[in-house]
Amino acid sequence: MSRAGQGVVLRGVGKRFGDVVAVQSMNLEVRPGELMVLVGPSGCGKSTLLRLIAGLETPTSGEVWIGGRRVDEVEPGARDVAMVFQSYALYPHMTVARNLGFGLRVRGTPAAELERRVAETAGALGLGDLLERKPGQLSGGQRQRVALGRAMVRDPGVFLFDEPLSNLDAELRLRTRDEIAALHRRLGTTMVFVTHDQVEALSLGQRVAVMDRGRLQQVGTPDEVYRRPRNLFVAGFVGSPPINRIGLSRDGSGALAGGPFALAGPSGPDQATLTVRPEDLAVAGPGGTEGDFRATVLRVEALGSEQRVHLDGPGDAAWVARASPALRVAPGARVSVSIAWDRSHLFGPDGRREEGVARPAGQQVPR
Amino acid sequence: MRVAPMADRAVAPRMARGLLLAGACLVMASPFLWMGLTSLMGQLEVFAGGNILPRAPRWSNYPEALTVQPFGRYFLNSLVFATAVAAGQVATSATAGYAFARLDFPGREGLFLLFLSTMMVPAVVVLIPRFLVIDALGWIDTYQGLISTELVSVWGIFLMRQYFRTLPRELEDAARVDGAGHLRIFWSVALPLGKPAVATLALFAFVDAWKNLLWPLLVTRSMEMRVVEVGIAAFHSTYEINWPYQMAAGVAAVLPIALLFLFTQRYFVRGIQLEGIR
Repeated sequence: MSRAGQGVVLRGVGKRFGDVVAVQSMNLEVRPGELMVLVGPSGCGKSTLLRLIAGLETPTSGEVWIGGRRVDEVEPGARDVAMVFQSYALYPHMTVARNLGFGLRVRGTPAAELERRVAETAGALGLGDLLERKPGQLSGGQRQRVALGRAMVRDPGVFLFDEPLSNLDAELRLRTRDEIAALHRRLGTTMVFVTHDQVEALSLGQRVAVMDRGRLQQVGTPDEVYRRPRNLFVAGFVGSPPINRIGLSRDGSGALAGGPFALAGPSGPDQATLTVRPEDLAVAGPGGTEGDFRATVLRVEALGSEQRVHLDGPGDAAWVARASPALRVAPGARVSVSIAWDRSHLFGPDGRREEGVARPAGQQVPR
Repeated sequence: MRVAPMADRAVAPRMARGLLLAGACLVMASPFLWMGLTSLMGQLEVFAGGNILPRAPRWSNYPEALTVQPFGRYFLNSLVFATAVAAGQVATSATAGYAFARLDFPGREGLFLLFLSTMMVPAVVVLIPRFLVIDALGWIDTYQGLISTELVSVWGIFLMRQYFRTLPRELEDAARVDGAGHLRIFWSVALPLGKPAVATLALFAFVDAWKNLLWPLLVTRSMEMRVVEVGIAAFHSTYEINWPYQMAAGVAAVLPIALLFLFTQRYFVRGIQLEGIR
């Protein structure tokens, strides 16, 4: 039943509600058949953007294109999109079968074909036994499936997901996430998926669009967004536990200094933020080799497959390091910590990434 | 008995509350009891006074009262009138209420306030203009004259608007993405979900129309067009007041409403709650 997905192109799309700017003039291209995840903190405009694609909101400026057709004046029902809502938005007075078939019925699909497609979708999602039930008689996970089925049954060019997993418990969330990924592989349809959960975004998206305060911050593969964040916001938002950071400012000798660090960088801003991912810190035990800085262990979280070592430095804020479960350290111990400098980043005072400044290792001088 | 003091403390206020409620019930029910008892007395006995209970219940008052005037026809008229008004008010209130709740059109809030402000106008004030309009149309003493001006209820529009506003917007969004237009959403999603409000509105409209005296009295003339309430009032003529007959007809008129209430109490309560927050 699947067919090739439609591409989605946003050109300078903006949306205001009165004086509030929800989405700033935004350009984004979702390729045909791609699974794109829009991620950002709540209020960043990601759901509004999805609603603009669906046609549930009209853009204040810019153009929305779906499948090579300009649609910003086209009714939602005529855009060849289907949407799965956070609350599922199942019609409470209709049975599962009628919920699934509603969109087809509205479109005047012949009864025989309607029944066949509803049965086919219900079968694919394991809803066959629930067709005569009402949404109120279903569990959260079952409702989620019906919502998914209601989108699938219409065989749309683009699937839109508005935080569809956030009402599920942790285990079901993981399972449904895998199912959506599998569905995408099977159908090959374009999917735009909104979430505030960056782990969900990285695990699900072929590409991820990070948003903040109505602006697109970065679009890239999960690896690009994680490994090469374009700005400090993306660096801080993506990753769990969050990226470690320390403020640096230029000292008398011209080095960028802060805490135990003095980076003899080339010319650049006078203020900067150095960031290091927890897994790019190597903690050596009390008797270990000299690292980039020394710190006291505040707390150790043993998670089985890894340990998270909370440190009281290097600056005023605590840092977290990921360490192997074999490491033996206890709270209160003094440890030396090494930084994988080639994977650390420097961001200027405007939050933008400074290319190549923090990269050359060996120039740092531990104090 | 260590629990006794606690139980005692709980019983006293409960008893006080029970007595208070019983008293209030008696006050509420006494006119109906009085009506019921009077309906079983003789004409002379009513005026002689001195007794509350009928000395010898005259059940024959009922068949006599209901046949001295064509009450069968009156009941039919009342039923037609009340049903048509209820159906009409549901139709106009649901559509207008949905429009005020969910359609975006310029001047929506102002128009709604204008509608609401008409609730401040006492019904009696518009009685004469209504009569003149119906008269000009030549509809005096007809069903359409009786019914047409009762078909729109601002209270009903308000009730339906408030109800539709409580429906989750995502349901309508989902229907829009499914390809439904406003009419389809109204008919297939909003209205089925608005059933409780529709039921409340229909009941209130029905009961209001059933016990409406002034308008039918004004706009009907012939026996064929009279409704029950007008028939009851007719026992009260210039030269004669037949209390037992009037009360017997009154009991007969109240019975259908009382039965209706028995089965639909929760909708009445909901309506009163909504009335309270307006």
